[in-house]
Amino acid sequence: MNKNTKIKNGPRYINPYLGGILLGLLLLATFFIAGRGLSASGAVKLSIVTIVDKIAPSHAMANGYYSKFIPADGSSPLFNWLIFAAIGTFFGGMLSGAIFGRLKKFRIEHAPTVSSRTRIIAAIIGGILFGIGSQFGRGCSSGAALSGTASFSFGGLIVMLLMFGIGYAFAYFFRKLWI
Amino acid sequence: MGPLIPQGYITGQWEFVIALLIGAAFGFLLESSGFSSSRNIAGVFYGYNFVVLRVFFTAMIVAMVGLLYFDYLGWIDMSMVFVLPTFLAPMLLGGFIMGLGFVIGGFCPGTSYTACAIGKLDGFAFLGGFFLGVFLFSEAFPLFEKFYYSGDMGNITIGEVLHVSDRVVAFAFVVIAIAAFYVTWLIEKKVRANRTESKFE
Repeated sequence: MNKNTKIKNGPRYINPYLGGILLGLLLLATFFIAGRGLSASGAVKLSIVTIVDKIAPSHAMANGYYSKFIPADGSSPLFNWLIFAAIGTFFGGMLSGAIFGRLKKFRIEHAPTVSSRTRIIAAIIGGILFGIGSQFGRGCSSGAALSGTASFSFGGLIVMLLMFGIGYAFAYFFRKLWI
Repeated sequence: MGPLIPQGYITGQWEFVIALLIGAAFGFLLESSGFSSSRNIAGVFYGYNFVVLRVFFTAMIVAMVGLLYFDYLGWIDMSMVFVLPTFLAPMLLGGFIMGLGFVIGGFCPGTSYTACAIGKLDGFAFLGGFFLGVFLFSEAFPLFEKFYYSGDMGNITIGEVLHVSDRVVAFAFVVIAIAAFYVTWLIEKKVRANRTESKFE
């Protein structure tokens, strides 16, 4: 396929409503099997806990946050549902990318209005904010906003409304990053 | 009957096999819906691409209504389904910070995994930042430990706060979602008329 036809046809994605229905059924199946929903940020939290616990065990135990997630029986925090689900998410994404022809060499995607460098800095800042926010929020878009709200949690709704609401409220100030 | 794992129908290593498969399906759906591209995601804030809203809200109402049917048919014991606890002030703050992170970074954690998986370096940058953010939070935790646990409302549901049943809540979400699908479709048509490109990979 040459470049021109590709632009004309656009990227090959599935219909968003079909994607949403399938994702909803997956979420429902996850509730049915595991009794809880989908998650993404928990795996990173457990990885950080593991790294800190390996490097500085006494520091980790003295900290009220790390110590919450270190199993009392001495097993690794990584031996956890969330870790396996996150590994799966990575490879599932890779499979889809391979099928639809998006699995390519390393590249930086950014709007023409910004440089690659600006995009990378913005992505790092966004990541840091998500890292901090998801801990206060008891989950990110997956665990709190989507799974939380779908299981009727009031806190999940709070996170979802704030996340999207603040995104809109500040969109004007960061428009140069995107349009 | 369900949920299977809390009731002990599935145990041991099988849990992790299932977690891997569920994760893979999740990643596949995120990527194939277009969430490996931050420009698709950010479109929700600028009106040129509402794929995030469509996928997110469709998934949410399908799962909500599905849970109610499973409960009605006696397939799932809802008392064993985890309801995310509510800590009001910290979750308001968390949502606020994530909203900023969303519009600046263009990903959320789950979508950044799939961006990394297909070779997007901005996905790796976001994920690296995410690790750093979790680390910074944890290191600074003693400073705001009290705040972190404040506003504890327990495992409270939306219906309990609003004094309505879960069915009313789900119905309201369905109505709001359908209205949002229609309104954003109109907005998107208008915005796209002035752009050459609105879907990215």
